[in-house]
Amino acid sequence: MRTVLAILLLLFATYTVLVYGYGHGDRDERASAAVREGMRTWQKENCASCHQLYGLGGYMGPDLTNITSQRDTLRIRTFIRYGTGRMPGHALSDVEIDKMIAFLGWVDRTGTRIMPPEATHWTGTYLLEKP
Amino acid sequence: MSGTFRLYVGFALVMLLAALVFGTVAAFVFLSPALGAYLPFEQLRPMHVSAALFWIITAATAGVMHYKKEVFGEAREPFLQRAFMVLWIATTMSVFVFYAFRKFGGREYWEFPPLLGVPILLAWLLLLVAYFRSWARRTTPAPLYVWMWTTGILFFLFTFIEQNLYHVPWFRDYYLREITVQWKSNGAMVGAWNQMIYGTALFLMVRISGDEGIARGQKVFVFWFLGLSNLMFNWGHHIYNVPTAGWIRHVAYGISMAEWIFLINIMRGFRSKLDEHKKFKHLLTYRFLIASELWIFLNLFLALLMSVPAINRYTHGTHITVAHAMGTTIGINTMILLASFSNMLRVDELPATRKRWMDLGRTLALASLLVFWCALIGAGMLKGYRDVALGMTDFQQMMRPVLTVLHVFAFAGLGVLAGLGMVAWNYLGALRKLDP
Repeated sequence: MRTVLAILLLLFATYTVLVYGYGHGDRDERASAAVREGMRTWQKENCASCHQLYGLGGYMGPDLTNITSQRDTLRIRTFIRYGTGRMPGHALSDVEIDKMIAFLGWVDRTGTRIMPPEATHWTGTYLLEKP
Repeated sequence: MSGTFRLYVGFALVMLLAALVFGTVAAFVFLSPALGAYLPFEQLRPMHVSAALFWIITAATAGVMHYKKEVFGEAREPFLQRAFMVLWIATTMSVFVFYAFRKFGGREYWEFPPLLGVPILLAWLLLLVAYFRSWARRTTPAPLYVWMWTTGILFFLFTFIEQNLYHVPWFRDYYLREITVQWKSNGAMVGAWNQMIYGTALFLMVRISGDEGIARGQKVFVFWFLGLSNLMFNWGHHIYNVPTAGWIRHVAYGISMAEWIFLINIMRGFRSKLDEHKKFKHLLTYRFLIASELWIFLNLFLALLMSVPAINRYTHGTHITVAHAMGTTIGINTMILLASFSNMLRVDELPATRKRWMDLGRTLALASLLVFWCALIGAGMLKGYRDVALGMTDFQQMMRPVLTVLHVFAFAGLGVLAGLGMVAWNYLGALRKLDP
């Protein structure tokens, strides 16, 4: 029993190291200072309470993974500042809003939130091509 | 039962009531944001999620602390354990104070400012030391439930630390690494508290049936190893659509398909469960336990479907995910934890009228939960179809029929609130009257 448990724990430790080091694939771009600030604002304003990134987060508003390629900056800026019927406005400075948009742009460049149908393999899993 | 422990159990029940109230109000504010003029949705959601999480973790640790006394032969409550309980309650209450002032940390599940993670970590370390000191006194080979409690406590610590790795720039400077590590820890953390809760369920079944063999056989350990493998490697379904390295997806898919073995095992054991039910159905503790088994079956089936990436493509980010989360937290975790509290508070010795009220609450909660769960699945299917299959880009237009279905969910939520509220309220009454 102890042997099986030890093997499992060893596998878990190895897998954890692999995930940390290589799990993120090769599409990632290092965050700039503006992106880091934008991420902090995203968290401070608790945007994930209502919005999703890659389908993870709240359900009140739309998924924002690819918002910067779907809407122009001016429109996104207006939405953040003044809100809409269901979304409250956010009292943020122009600089803070720009940084949040930089963060959303950074997320957008990593991929698309919905898998293309051609990525589905016959076994039911996804096989992704490099961008 | 010490004064501190009574306070701890009472606090867990208050968290359950808070989770139910915040959740029900949040559901109605979700449908009509104008209702949230004083307490908007972005404040209600973290309050609901945190109250639910703290109910589950507080009640799970209460079960471990209470039953280990008997298993390890503890004469009195360790000081470190009491220190854990006080620090845990104080930190949890601070979380809600921060939410009231709109101070958030913005991470899924743990939405409070990250500084509060320090006392939580400290409290958990106190519990860990207290637990292992008691464990050292054990003289006989540990039954399975002890292994489950132990791995639950250890993995909670590990996943909690892992969840906070984003403070290290190396982790957060690459978005895909950040999101992968975040969901690796979130997924495994659910497995960690499930280990503690299922351990308590097994302990209770041993106690009710008087058959220690069910926690010692080779077969139960094989199933435990399968469950543990799930905890360790089956978090990838949360991020199937994130363009991580392909092997993360393949490992998660492969491991999750092993869960069919659990499903087949449940179906094979159905007949013996019926016989067992005839014998013990008069016990409220047993009734809660058996309710959780039905929900394990339903949720496992749903989880298996959601774990196929080609199906997950339509269900991910929809209310089907919420159905799964609610089914597991209410249908499985809460039912087992209420069984645990029922045993702890000696509810089966209460007058028949009180027990009838509690049983009525349990029935009402379960019936409402089924409607609630089906409505969420319906809403999720509709959203998945309109979003992925039809490719609708206007969010409001996409959500219009979904919101109509969600009215059923919100009203069924009132039934869950009333039913579980009745049970929790009676438990609080039983706790007050319990001899020290």
